[in-house]
Amino acid sequence: MNDNYYGFGRIIFTLLVAMCLRIAPWPADLATFNPDWVLLSLIYWSLAVPERVGIFHAWTFGLLTDVLTGRLFGQYALAYSLVIYICLKLHKRLRQFPVIQQGLFIFFCLLLSQLLLFLIKNIQNPAQLRATFWLPVFTGTFCWPLVYTVLRFVRLARRIK
Amino acid sequence: MAVIASTALLVTEHRNQQLDLLRTALSVVVDPLKYLVNAPTELVQHASESVSSYVALKKENERLREEQLIHQTQLLKFEALEKENIRLRALLENSFKLGEQVLIAELLSVNMAPYEHIVVVNKGTRFGVHPQQPVLDANGVVGQVFRALPFTSEIMLITDLNHAIPVQVNRNGLLTIAVGSGQLNRLNLPFLPSNADIRPGDLLITSGLGGTFPQGYPVATVDEFTSQPNKPFANITATPKAQLDRNRELMIVWSKSTPVPLITKPVPPVTEPVTTSTTPVPAEAEPVPAVKKPVPPVSKPVLPVKKIARPVAKPAVVPEADADE
Repeated sequence: MNDNYYGFGRIIFTLLVAMCLRIAPWPADLATFNPDWVLLSLIYWSLAVPERVGIFHAWTFGLLTDVLTGRLFGQYALAYSLVIYICLKLHKRLRQFPVIQQGLFIFFCLLLSQLLLFLIKNIQNPAQLRATFWLPVFTGTFCWPLVYTVLRFVRLARRIK
Repeated sequence: MAVIASTALLVTEHRNQQLDLLRTALSVVVDPLKYLVNAPTELVQHASESVSSYVALKKENERLREEQLIHQTQLLKFEALEKENIRLRALLENSFKLGEQVLIAELLSVNMAPYEHIVVVNKGTRFGVHPQQPVLDANGVVGQVFRALPFTSEIMLITDLNHAIPVQVNRNGLLTIAVGSGQLNRLNLPFLPSNADIRPGDLLITSGLGGTFPQGYPVATVDEFTSQPNKPFANITATPKAQLDRNRELMIVWSKSTPVPLITKPVPPVTEPVTTSTTPVPAEAEPVPAVKKPVPPVSKPVLPVKKIARPVAKPAVVPEADADE
């Protein structure tokens, strides 16, 4: 029980680090590339320990991200919980894939999330967005091996099962 | 379930702002992260300050002292001018506006969203900040408070794509609206016809229309005027006066939006400087401010600008208020 508790603390900690990375003061040019770290780590944890991290966590951290980045309430919550739902449905199959092949799936997950955000933004106030709006999807896909390795290290170090 | 819940939240907040309480509660959890992210930047700044040389510090001190002297003398004149202005307005049977109070807030170096010019400062509702307050820096208007949370507040810069500010050309009083362009060094003036009397180099100041920004603060200088012969409106761009990408300190302003009603006496006691208000004043002149404070939540941290009626307990008035009860 105690061990379980610690493991969960680790998960929360990585997610908080991801949130810090989300608002880190990158230079303006790099900021457009900044991938959605919170979603990436949520995807990892939902694939690795689906019985621990579920839609509820995705939804909660989505709300926190909404507050953190000053968005309309619930848009990240919506995007994250939908993506995590898909991940939970497919986690058994996805675990068998090599990292590169997972990357393709991650690409579609990030694309879905960004698409939802785009739709909500458009409903809120139609504004023209540059093509660079979609860049985080690509950088996020390229960052997936990194996230995977780091979080796997964290998970195995604490033996979170 | 989650989809329904988040859609409900989205709709609720988009329609009206009923979720402020929830956002405030969650922001208490999240705001420490902003301070955490800001910490390395502050550390570096602190380190660079503490290793700067004696000579440089002394030079800066000298420069600042000179600057302060110049400003002080200008302010002396300003005081006399303001008195005169009030007297003249009284002659014209016109009302005048009280001065403004400011609160200095420091920028947190966090990056909210790459496509919006929204910055975070370290003062929030704890200091009495509320949405739609104007924000200035030493050179001009920076933006307005977009959302106030307990420990931080979000400030929308005037260059944000969704921001527009009513301005006026200082030279001839031409009114128009400056719209943000999405670039930090550019504002657009899309609503002026091709024959408008505006030239490159003109100073744009706030017009005070709309009620958010007090009148008369510099906003931008016009730098390009291109008339488009086949279109009804000219293409005008301006550069903001405020250093939007460099400043770390901003001033959040409380402006008295309701003008002081018509005065009958030439010199009202409201505008007396704080130092002279201890002298006995006629009791019927100002009984109200002594009893209730003009701006109660901000009274502690706010630095008063010259002409603010501070809630000073006047010895001549307080006993009388007690006698009434």
